Amino acid sequence: MSDAALPPPRHLGLAGHAVCLGGIVSRELLRFVQQKERFLSALVRPLVWLFIFAAGFRSVLGVSIIPPYDTYVLYEVYVTPGLAVMIQLFNGMQSSLSMVYDREVGSMRVLLTSPFPRWYLLFSKLVAGVAVSLAQVYVFLAIARLWEVEMPPIGYLAALPAFVLTGLMLGAIGLVISSLIRQLENFASVMNFVIFPMFFASSALYPLWRIRESSELLYLVCLLNPFTHAVELVRNALYGVFEPTAFLVVSGTAIVFFALAVIAYDPGRGIMGRRGGPKGEAT
Amino acid sequence: MNGMEAPALEIDRVSHAFGKRLALDDVSLTVPAGRFVALLGPNGAGKTTLFSLATRLYTTRTGRLRIFGKDLASHPSAALAELGVVFQSRTLDLDLSVRQNLAYHAALHGLAGRAARARIAHLLGRVGLGERADEKVRTLSGGQARRVEIARALIHRPRLLLLDEATVGLDLASRADIVAIVRGLVAQEGLAVLWATHIFDEVQAEDEIYVLDKGRIIARGTAGEIIGGVAGPPSAPPAEGATASLEAAFRAMTSARSEDAA
Repeated sequence: MSDAALPPPRHLGLAGHAVCLGGIVSRELLRFVQQKERFLSALVRPLVWLFIFAAGFRSVLGVSIIPPYDTYVLYEVYVTPGLAVMIQLFNGMQSSLSMVYDREVGSMRVLLTSPFPRWYLLFSKLVAGVAVSLAQVYVFLAIARLWEVEMPPIGYLAALPAFVLTGLMLGAIGLVISSLIRQLENFASVMNFVIFPMFFASSALYPLWRIRESSELLYLVCLLNPFTHAVELVRNALYGVFEPTAFLVVSGTAIVFFALAVIAYDPGRGIMGRRGGPKGEAT
Repeated sequence: MNGMEAPALEIDRVSHAFGKRLALDDVSLTVPAGRFVALLGPNGAGKTTLFSLATRLYTTRTGRLRIFGKDLASHPSAALAELGVVFQSRTLDLDLSVRQNLAYHAALHGLAGRAARARIAHLLGRVGLGERADEKVRTLSGGQARRVEIARALIHRPRLLLLDEATVGLDLASRADIVAIVRGLVAQEGLAVLWATHIFDEVQAEDEIYVLDKGRIIARGTAGEIIGGVAGPPSAPPAEGATASLEAAFRAMTSARSEDAA
């Protein structure tokens, strides 16, 4: 190994970028399959909603004919897209949690010693999180299909780009949150202040016209909630319909939050230097 | 090539503050190419901050850091490509195998495929863990995990290796292994090493030493010179006595500084 004197090989071209992305994504997927309980809880959560909550609500809440549905639909059918995006919401927040964890145990520092540009490393992290969420979402949709929540076959394919986009948006929001929270314990606050409000103040569980009937203000809040648009993008895509407004809101939100994350993780400006770096290393 | 080559690491008048607290105060330090340099300091002296700056976890606005002449602020990619790091905290994925951990790191440097596999096998052999490649990191001892981290730091063939308290928490035999591996890399492969520690007996009499205390470099020289600087020239530096007298010299220097401050 008398090669230490040789200049290091440079592989930072296009192929090198692909290798780097592939490495980050496969690490995330490997970690995910190792953590079986995480996979299980990611699945159980939406299934509880589908099997129990939706079954109970079925009689209370009938959903009339609104696009993209062309007939009356069962409540289970209505909530399934929202639950699929909820999986991504949890996953996005969980990968942000893993960023905080990575920061604490130091593997974040290892990632950042990579010679690739930092925005690219963050982007790769984001893509890795989306890959994991897609696995969860499609297993969920498969189980829902057994429960007779069936979409047109083409819908499952058409929804794939929609899920990628919503995954990127929720992951980018998670990245920004990860730069704001300092310690793992704060995940409970993320649940209370981010996940629950985003999920409930959206069209995931009830159509917006129902909300408008009870409160105009709440309706407005739901309209402004990017999660509503993520749900609608997916709901329409699952029936082969492209929803331009939702598409623009979701992509715009994804871009803005990713830009904020890049700033937050910039070594000159960001959180790392200002806050004294990872916990316990402020010396 | 030797005489003209830029130093492996050049830290030039670097200061860094967290809020109002000055963690590093006008620190300058040079690791020549192919040399072993020790950074000696108690916990809280600023070693980890220095490592964070050198690995570009965050940047500093005061002073410059260069790796083989490449400025870390203006040419981060070229500088980081020359740098391998072993952090103080454990940074391997415990549930992944040794090989998966190393492959991940190779990918972070754009290395994959047959070349990466060969490199990983070679380095694991070098640190004596060739047979453990497919075991989960969780099953390794602390010393073995550290050796994996050294192999990992070398995957992309850096010419400079930084180690932050690499032997912390290890038993005597594992510590000796780690020190021997790293010194071997310097002697046989011309690697430049910055070895941060608070353990005096890891330093040899002829090593270049920087002593860091409360964010400032308070002494620089070989172990012999530093002992001499405080206690007068040592008559005949005995092998075992060197550690004790270095420690005594260090105590004298740091306590003198505390009295100044008081």
